[in-house]
Amino acid sequence: MKIRRALACLLLAGLLPPGSRAAGPNPAAGASPIVAAAADVRFALDEIVARFQAETRKNIRISYGSSGELTRQIEQGAPFEMFLAADESYVFRLADAGRTRDRGTLYAIGRLAIFVPRGSALRADAELRDLRAALAEGRIVRFAIANPEHAPYGRAAEQVLRSQGLWEPLQPFLVLGENASQAAQFASAGPAQGGLIPWSLALAPAVSALGESALLPEAMHEPLRQRMVLLKSAGKDASAFYAYLQQPAARDILKRFGFLLPDETP
Amino acid sequence: MDRSALALSFRLGAFTVLLLLPIGVALGRWLAFTRLRGKGGAEVALSLPLVLPPTVLGYYLLLAFGGGSALGRGFEAIFGHTLAFSFEGLLAASVIANLPFAIQPMQRSFEGIAPEIREAAACSGLSPWQVLGRIDLPLAWPGIAGGLVLAFAHTLGEFGVVLMVGGSIPGETRTASIVIYDRVQAFDTAGAGAMSALLLVLSIVALGVVQLLSSRVGRRHG
Repeated sequence: MKIRRALACLLLAGLLPPGSRAAGPNPAAGASPIVAAAADVRFALDEIVARFQAETRKNIRISYGSSGELTRQIEQGAPFEMFLAADESYVFRLADAGRTRDRGTLYAIGRLAIFVPRGSALRADAELRDLRAALAEGRIVRFAIANPEHAPYGRAAEQVLRSQGLWEPLQPFLVLGENASQAAQFASAGPAQGGLIPWSLALAPAVSALGESALLPEAMHEPLRQRMVLLKSAGKDASAFYAYLQQPAARDILKRFGFLLPDETP
Repeated sequence: MDRSALALSFRLGAFTVLLLLPIGVALGRWLAFTRLRGKGGAEVALSLPLVLPPTVLGYYLLLAFGGGSALGRGFEAIFGHTLAFSFEGLLAASVIANLPFAIQPMQRSFEGIAPEIREAAACSGLSPWQVLGRIDLPLAWPGIAGGLVLAFAHTLGEFGVVLMVGGSIPGETRTASIVIYDRVQAFDTAGAGAMSALLLVLSIVALGVVQLLSSRVGRRHG
């Protein structure tokens, strides 16, 4: 008998919780807009969303991932209303497929950094001199970057390593994150001696507390032109958030997280 | 702790179990009593989700649910949104992924019913529905309940299929197990730890319940 009652409770616990609009006709109807965002803007965007919510009393939900993965989800019909990519080619691809309102707006230029966790056998320097030395001396066991196939920061990391002649020798030691923030997590914890991660993540308190980083020269890789766009399904709240991201308050936050801001050009 | 994700997981588990109850009883009972040739094949097919990598299942479901398939387009035409990346899609995926977890314990406990009892029931003129209601369900209920508990617990823990079919959409498809993945990437160890501990406890409770239920079956037949 007790078992039967426990089972009933288990079932009810699942059925009752607030907002049980599980089988509703349209999950997006009336709910706050869902924004797809590249993982490198994570900490900056969380802060911007918090401000936006405080000022407008409107809620925004965010799904973070790599730009490539999010693009695939949008192409397959995921219910996003807005997309912040880490590289504009993904936005253009969606625009060409007729899934966006327009060709979007450039909102930031991303930068790459080398990050090494505390106690690492590696030093962070902008010329990657110690990485080269460590490689020669066998001090590297694991080195993290994002997956170049679908994460723009991974592609930039590959360009950096290639330009420095480190791509080939680093091959056996590379560990690939699904997206930029997983790469940062790999670089900061576990057996990795470091990694190439977005400067915007390296500057976030949760990450900077774990080690040290050095900003890489812009010339080492193609610019990470981060473009955002409203998708065809975008509603009023998403449009308001899109506009808010171009306001001084949001731009200041982006600047604080190390992004270069585009001049007012689209 | 992300309560909305936890509520979502519980809701997903509850609906999965609700759907699997009739499906599992029907299929488990059929597998237990049929003498058809095709039984072996059906058993293999229904057990497939046990051994299949969740990503393989996720991949095929994504194909089946996406805008490129008739099912996906039909669903979109009726409900106005895609089956992939929605709660309904997750639910369908969850039911399929949990088929063996629900069916196998049910089948075992139907098989444990002494044939003489069912024969006697048939001789006394009970219809098949009466046999189900008066003989099979009362005798096999611990196995049925056990299957449902396993399916519920497994739904809370499902990760690969959910990530592929559902993405990670807050309030729609970001379940408790996806939250752990997301929190780790947000460098939020406290959040990941709290959710992990909770799921650990829930799993232990579920296994305890299953253990209790199977000891009931043992007592009855032992």
